[in-house]
Amino acid sequence: MTLPGWLQAIALFSLVAATTKPIGLYMARVFQGERTWLSPVLRPLERAVYRLCGVDEALEMPWQTYTLAMLAFSAVGFVWLYVLLRTQAWLPFNPQRFPNLPPALAWNTAVSFLTNTNWQFYAGESTMSYLSQMAGLAWHNFVSAATGLAIAIALIRGIARTACKTIGNFWVDLIRACLYVLLPVSCVFAIVLVAQGVPQNFSPYRSVRTVEGYRQTITGGPMASQESIKELGTNGGGFVNANSASPNENPTPVSNFLEMFAILAFAAGLTYTYGYMVKDTRQGWALFAAMFALLAVGFSATYWAESVGNPIVHHLGIAGGNMEGKECRFGVAGSALFATVTTATSCGAVNSMLDSFMPLGGLVPLVNMQLGEVAFGGVGSGLYGMIVFVVITVFIAGLMVGRTPEFLGKKIERREVQLALLALLVTPLLVLVPTAIAVLQPQGLAALGNGGPHGFSEILYAFSSTNANNGSAFGGLGSNLFYDVATGINMLLGRFLVAIPVLALAGSLAAKKAVAPGVGSFSTSSAMFVGLLLSTIAIVGALTFLPADALGPVADHLFVFQGKTF
Amino acid sequence: MIPARRLQRRPKERPLFDTKILAGALGDSLRKLNPRWMVRNPVMFIVELGAFLSTFFWMRDAVRRSGSPGFDFAIAIWLWFTVLFANFAEAVAEGRGKAQAEYLRRTKSDTLAKRMLEGGRYEPVSAGTLVKGDVVRVDAGELVPADGEIVQGAATVDESAITGESAPVVREAGGDRSAVTGGTRLLSDWVLVRVSTNPGESFLDRMIALVEGAQRQKTPNEIALAILLAGLSIVFLVAVATLFPFMRYAGAAPSITVLIALLVCLIPTTIGGLLSAIGIAGMDRVMQRNVLATSGRAVEAAGDVDTLLLDKTGTITLGNRQAVDIVVAEAAGAREAARLAYYSSLADETPEGRSIVALARRIASLPEEAVQPDGAVFIPFSAYTRMSGVDLPDGTKIRKGAPDSILAWTRELGGDGQTSLASDVERVARSGGTPLLLAENDRVIGLIALKDVLKPRMRDRFARLRTMGIRTIMITGDNPLTAAAIAHEAGVDEFLAEATPETKMQLIKREQGSGRLVAMTGDGTNDAPALAQADVGVAMNSGTQAAKEAANMIDLDSDPTKLIEVVEIGKQLLMTRGSLTTFSIANDVAKYFAILPALFVSAYPAMGALNVMHLATPQSAILSAVIFNALVIIALVPLALRGVKYEPRGAAIALRNNVLVYGLGGILVPFAGIKVIDLILQLLHWT
Amino acid sequence: MIRQFGTAVRITILSIALLGFAYPLGITAIARLVFPWQADGSYLKVKGRVVGSAIIGQRWTQPQYFHGRPSAAGKEGYDPTATGGTNYGPASKNLVASTKAAIAAVRAENPRAGGMPPMDLVTTSGSGIDPDISPAAAYYQAARVAAARKIPLGTVRALIFAYERHRTIGILGEPRVNVLELNLALDRTLSPR
Repeated sequence: MTLPGWLQAIALFSLVAATTKPIGLYMARVFQGERTWLSPVLRPLERAVYRLCGVDEALEMPWQTYTLAMLAFSAVGFVWLYVLLRTQAWLPFNPQRFPNLPPALAWNTAVSFLTNTNWQFYAGESTMSYLSQMAGLAWHNFVSAATGLAIAIALIRGIARTACKTIGNFWVDLIRACLYVLLPVSCVFAIVLVAQGVPQNFSPYRSVRTVEGYRQTITGGPMASQESIKELGTNGGGFVNANSASPNENPTPVSNFLEMFAILAFAAGLTYTYGYMVKDTRQGWALFAAMFALLAVGFSATYWAESVGNPIVHHLGIAGGNMEGKECRFGVAGSALFATVTTATSCGAVNSMLDSFMPLGGLVPLVNMQLGEVAFGGVGSGLYGMIVFVVITVFIAGLMVGRTPEFLGKKIERREVQLALLALLVTPLLVLVPTAIAVLQPQGLAALGNGGPHGFSEILYAFSSTNANNGSAFGGLGSNLFYDVATGINMLLGRFLVAIPVLALAGSLAAKKAVAPGVGSFSTSSAMFVGLLLSTIAIVGALTFLPADALGPVADHLFVFQGKTF
Repeated sequence: MIPARRLQRRPKERPLFDTKILAGALGDSLRKLNPRWMVRNPVMFIVELGAFLSTFFWMRDAVRRSGSPGFDFAIAIWLWFTVLFANFAEAVAEGRGKAQAEYLRRTKSDTLAKRMLEGGRYEPVSAGTLVKGDVVRVDAGELVPADGEIVQGAATVDESAITGESAPVVREAGGDRSAVTGGTRLLSDWVLVRVSTNPGESFLDRMIALVEGAQRQKTPNEIALAILLAGLSIVFLVAVATLFPFMRYAGAAPSITVLIALLVCLIPTTIGGLLSAIGIAGMDRVMQRNVLATSGRAVEAAGDVDTLLLDKTGTITLGNRQAVDIVVAEAAGAREAARLAYYSSLADETPEGRSIVALARRIASLPEEAVQPDGAVFIPFSAYTRMSGVDLPDGTKIRKGAPDSILAWTRELGGDGQTSLASDVERVARSGGTPLLLAENDRVIGLIALKDVLKPRMRDRFARLRTMGIRTIMITGDNPLTAAAIAHEAGVDEFLAEATPETKMQLIKREQGSGRLVAMTGDGTNDAPALAQADVGVAMNSGTQAAKEAANMIDLDSDPTKLIEVVEIGKQLLMTRGSLTTFSIANDVAKYFAILPALFVSAYPAMGALNVMHLATPQSAILSAVIFNALVIIALVPLALRGVKYEPRGAAIALRNNVLVYGLGGILVPFAGIKVIDLILQLLHWT
Repeated sequence: MIRQFGTAVRITILSIALLGFAYPLGITAIARLVFPWQADGSYLKVKGRVVGSAIIGQRWTQPQYFHGRPSAAGKEGYDPTATGGTNYGPASKNLVASTKAAIAAVRAENPRAGGMPPMDLVTTSGSGIDPDISPAAAYYQAARVAAARKIPLGTVRALIFAYERHRTIGILGEPRVNVLELNLALDRTLSPR
């Protein structure tokens, strides 16, 4: 571990902390329909969109309608991407003349982008036409993130409102998230990325003769515009197979730093939006503190594990931290930081190959996802995932002060516990059961890239990642029909089986009368509560996975340090 | 007088464990093994299934002479113990409730009742067959057959069977003292009582059902918690079940018995096993304080109360005002004024009157036997004149009463209607007292200051409530000035002066509108709407039937401050649940460290490195965890029955303390416990 | 229900037009205008002939050039249309084999270099087209390059020193050397043969 390595992390965390308030405030204004400095430009556009789409801006929806709208939009988006991928060969913007995708892969990819997972069973640079990339994948990067934002905002409204039947208008939230939040920042960031060296063109790949005379086909395409929203929307689907490890997507340490910041920025800002909208900014900062703590611990552990390096390689006479699958410009620190950030959020972009991480270095991303990605989390999904944990914590801790538990004045009763639990149950169920099915399947084992406990980790990682809508992978795991279908189903359930209870929770909380806080009710913004929240996450969230993780990364770790290979 | 069965004293004498109750509970815990009963508690049902399965595997292995039947046997036995311990906890709580109910039932001795038929005849029927609306006649010496309301007559009633209070009380038709409770005994006269409850629906019946736990309805909070526990159990079930294929992948075949042991240790058995005992014991504690609650829900709601409405009279102050001072007008002498005050009140039998007599006698040094002159005519108080007094044979008219009435009266008699005591009147009123002017004919002689006397230690109680986060509002018919002074002296947070049923109702609605839970006590018929509107309404047993029906609790002792104790019990109930849940979940950390290395060492020997507790063998590690898991249930039974210690402090402090004790303790204790059990197993060569 | 689907279809169409077409085309137009070289692919030319991209590593085998890291991209390595790493786990037998092979190859190529090669030179990069090596990896090869070019070792080392890229503002990333740039500089300033 090096001082600059730590300073890089501290710089990133400081920047995130510093921008949380301005970004959060801006988002709060946007979603409350207030005027922002971009309104003079965007407001006419926004109104035009409403008019063309027949959206009544003033119409408020109960949670059922909100959910229905969200599902309808997702369904239409799925159909569009599936059709696009199955027909790209006959469509324009395909200079490499890539063929249509086979049905299983098209299904997997369409679900993957629809759910903000961006799990990739394909190599972008040799599969996807420019049209599929920009109008299919990058478009989904925008709207799936905007959908996540909308759900989070709906939940915040549910908490903030009292005795109210509605939680907002999905279409309005969606359009505002795209127009005011994602699009402007994405434009600026894309240009910055181009300046760093990310290509942005529509030229065919260029075949060059290298200095030594070899043929090399150099890739191009509208990369920067896709790269920027890929990080900002915590999508993570790379233009090329190597994702942000590729210098095409992430050419410099500066671009690396900015991409990490972009991944965290909105999710962190949303904590402030939350505090602002419930009219108690300390609530937002409490969640920020909890998320920050998880992120800091995660990074420290990964950085340590990767810096120690691989004793098996050391045994061959090579000293130093683990560089297998890592890029020189990022090194151990930049890779460990990126890996932590990308899995603590639901991004899943990678700048190094997680499969080649040390077992404990790989355990951190794995645990991050198993916790449901709440250390800032995905745009929107992180906040609502965290609030689900808050509800459970409030329920258990609230009893200990001798009152029916209250969360910001709302009594947490049977229905809230039910819904929160439903959202919480999804993760262990949809990670462990498919993993169990996979290890019993010949097809499940056939795709493994590694043997021994590490092979098990690959399967566990795949389902942890798809369920959490992360999309990062232990890349050794190959694609086959079983995984195409299974991870596809997993992504769908992982997204909607959490989102629907969360929206129901929003509806249930909105309908409640608020109880005035008093000395008898405990604060959900105290250090004590943050500690309790973290304990709940650790014990309720992580302990479920301990046996499985022990058989994967922990066993792997013990073997690596005994020098045993598979 | 019939010797009173002192219900009040009995519970405090009963020890936590009574041999008779324990013996009954042992039998009950076996009976409760019936799966049809167990399935009501999903957490313990899983344990029972596990016990069944492990017993099966033990028998199979024993017959086949394969595997390790000795180990299987030990696990199976301890799993059965786990179930039995949980059943035992519930059975003990129920046993205590049943003992409680026995006492209650005795008051329901099935007497014959004289039911009135049309035409004024009576027919003898069993008290158990009376239905709502029946009218019965009760004569002196008889037991009142059912709850009801006196429609005709008046009588003295011995209510000691219910309240433990031996002094008889008067009950009469009409007004606020018309209710009689089944099981009480008439001492004099006869009354006609209209029965107000159907058989099995009386307050007593409901309470008996509650404490016995037979038809115990789970409270909303209990249901929410049960859902959480069931959810966690599902999660752990999946986590353990999937270990089977996972370990197959790792090249090892795990023993099902060990997986069952792991599952039982992980699911929240501690709280799952004690949950219903906590609820029953909570109701039991309410009963012990002589409060009948219609439901556990009402007790829980009491724990949530934010605002407490208390009547001034009888609750905050002793029922009666006392004369504390006599101020003399310039023209008169002190002894003279006192003497007139004495005469004015000699025939006044109200407590105020008697206190004036006592005070005047002291000031004027009158002999004990001083009586008023013959021929004196006592003029009693009337709401119209708002004064009382005496007309002496010599023509002197002495009056005492509300200042404005007295001044008007003197003016009528030709006086100037003025007094030099105006500032004193103001002063007394401002200090919370009631000023009475004393006049002799057309002349104001002096001022009698009456004062409300606070019940002892009320300030402390309100301070205690404040630290609990509960605001108290005093309700009084007094004028705002007086009310403010008393409110200040008593230390209540707010007051409602010149209260009428309407303003009382408005106050409750206002508090509820701003999101607060309101509790109030009441006894009169005109309290009924407010009692119904309040989230927690406690009716005094001495109150009217209407009040009792509107309330969700009845205090048999008719002590309005009892509400404070009920609030504490409600809080304690929730705290006990929360603390044991936290403890139960926190225990999992240590259990993982005991069982996982033992389980996985067969697949990957390197996993032995995780055996941080250095438990002797894989078998002893697993067995120790299972034994600890079972023993901790039985060890926590007293806590579940008694409830965690409740101290009225701020929520932050309560949370911190409970988190330290049950959260941190919950993580650490099992490490020590499992290690100790492992050492003992080693000593016994059991490993 | 039907209504929501109708709205969904309309918003989908409109947002694809805006976010799927207008946005990338607009960015392309601006990028072309402001950063045309980067937008095009950061191509480097030698005597008017494009020899590769500054941001993309390429395959090196000749001794007078610095070599990049082992690559898993494509059959021959350094194929930008098949990016990726080995995905070998830390306890993988393949990892041991490939690292052993890399060590043997690097040591055979650089008989004059003292000691074992640095970590990055014997481990596969994540993208397979890593354009950089660590300064240590460059210095490790310096003697071989100097010998092949028959120039003093000091000159080569000085060039490495000059082409070393430092951490941005002292904390971002790691010190490194862009292999293509270094090799082009070698060709430019220290023309061999």
